[in-house]
Amino acid sequence: MNIFCIGLNHRTAGVSLRERFAVEEGSVVSLLSELRREAALGEAVVLSTCNRVEVYGLSGDAEASARACADFLQRVAGAEAEFYRREQAEGARHLFRVVCGLDSMVVGETEILGQVKEAYAAALRSGATGAALNRLFQQAFRVAKQVRTETGITRGAVSVGSVAVELAEKIFGDLADCRVLLLGAGKAGARVARSLQSRGVRRLVLSNRTFERAAGLARELGGMALHFDQWQSALPDVDIVISSTAARGRLLSAGELAPVMAARGDRPLFLVDLAVPRDFDPALNDLDGVFLHDIDSLQAMAQQGVEARGLEVERCEELIEVHVAEFLSWARQRPDMAKPSLSAAP
Amino acid sequence: MERYLLAGSTFFYLLGFAYSLLQLGAGKFRPGRLNLYAIAGGFVLQTGFLYLRGHAVGRCPITNTFEILVFLSWSVALAYLVVGTTYRISLLGAFTAPLVFGLQLVALLLPSAPAAARRGPPDGWLELHASTSLVAYGVLALACVAGVMFLVQEKQLKMRVPGSIFHILPPITTLAEAMKRLLWFGVILLSIGIIAGFFIGTPIGRIKSGASMLVWLVYAVVLFLWTRNVLHSHRVAQYCIGAFALALVTLPAMYALGGMLAK
Repeated sequence: MNIFCIGLNHRTAGVSLRERFAVEEGSVVSLLSELRREAALGEAVVLSTCNRVEVYGLSGDAEASARACADFLQRVAGAEAEFYRREQAEGARHLFRVVCGLDSMVVGETEILGQVKEAYAAALRSGATGAALNRLFQQAFRVAKQVRTETGITRGAVSVGSVAVELAEKIFGDLADCRVLLLGAGKAGARVARSLQSRGVRRLVLSNRTFERAAGLARELGGMALHFDQWQSALPDVDIVISSTAARGRLLSAGELAPVMAARGDRPLFLVDLAVPRDFDPALNDLDGVFLHDIDSLQAMAQQGVEARGLEVERCEELIEVHVAEFLSWARQRPDMAKPSLSAAP
Repeated sequence: MERYLLAGSTFFYLLGFAYSLLQLGAGKFRPGRLNLYAIAGGFVLQTGFLYLRGHAVGRCPITNTFEILVFLSWSVALAYLVVGTTYRISLLGAFTAPLVFGLQLVALLLPSAPAAARRGPPDGWLELHASTSLVAYGVLALACVAGVMFLVQEKQLKMRVPGSIFHILPPITTLAEAMKRLLWFGVILLSIGIIAGFFIGTPIGRIKSGASMLVWLVYAVVLFLWTRNVLHSHRVAQYCIGAFALALVTLPAMYALGGMLAK
């Protein structure tokens, strides 16, 4: 019996193709059942996320089963695709890399671990797994935990939104009590506001030159709209201001903010300037308690995060190899499993 | 036995210090329990040392510079164990370990000073005054540490691209809260120490009492202005560092007190 994996991901297929192959949560169990029957799989797990669709299987003839799996998936999706195939050591290594976020679009992202756990749990509940895949997936979860604990692969923010969240958390700690003012109704500002909301921000005020657009976005984000000529009056009460307007001049100068800061007492103010040309005077950053970051600064931090994670990949791969060897050693002891050898990393 | 206990506690503090250095150097410091265990271990052994020393001299063991430094280091560790763990500012341990280790190392490097045996009846007010004042200095030392951490993190947040230490330091609002609680705790203890000083049978020198009053006044004014929102946390952090430096200058006065105790 051999373990194998076939699939497609964000590197091998565009989003229009991936969405055809995506498996709905409710149909995973029936799909697993049909797949096992058609491809003669002893065990199977189906993983379907926005970036990948993969089948992990156990079969006496891995090559034939992998082909049958691909045919079945193409028939269900009504589309053709190139699937990658990994067997034995490569299959195990591939899963370990996936759970550690090394195969993700954003290297080191942790959401994939939860998605793999859900996929495995669904297969386990439907009785589609046995000793081999149980062992493989349990080991994968152990690798992911070790990699997150012992390396910096998940550290640092890698997008403008997550950088803004990280900075906000280093200023205020818990964001649940923070009030956010969003100036402008552009996509960039809304994305950052959503990132902050995902980390607990509940109170959001929006202001735009066209009030109707602010009101529309406020309904979408669950906030309150404010007329643009009144936004400065909200400054004493908010903690974070995100600005992405198309104004030609500065919206706020140090001279205007200084008296507001005096009235705020010791509460800090975080200004996120996403606009080009910039909405906030850079001199605002010199005021006590004011922390100003513009789009260049946020992008530089995100790039730094990407590079830092890149440096950690090698350490992750080393840890993964230890676990691949451990899994193969276990497989060699099983009379029903093929005698695999440790092949080189792809 | 006393020296063994002290050497043991110094080893524990060194362990905490080395662990912090290694972790910070590797850029992967995670607030863990090793710092806490190292400082707690050092604190227990230090308490044993002070207990034996106290028995030997028949009073609170702050009779010479050596004992004062050990007592001060013990006070810092006590303040960390109370504040650092309660408010979960584990990284405070990374900054506390080198401080307590340094104080104790200086104490150990001093020429061996025999415990000064008590002559005459004990003065409870004098011992209360001296011990609460030293514990207050320990707490204020930790406020100084929190102030340094605040200024470092504030600078990181003001930078266009923060350095790696940014990721491991706590939020500045948490550090400001820690500073405030430590200042309150320190000023209250210092006040008790000063009030107790008025009831001491033997008169205290003008320089020492003047220096103590000056330190108390600086901290009290800073705290008052902060609670009235006149001072920003940034300035408070600077004053916490400056005021503790001023407090360190009063240590020779403490030594004079030690001499007086020995009489």
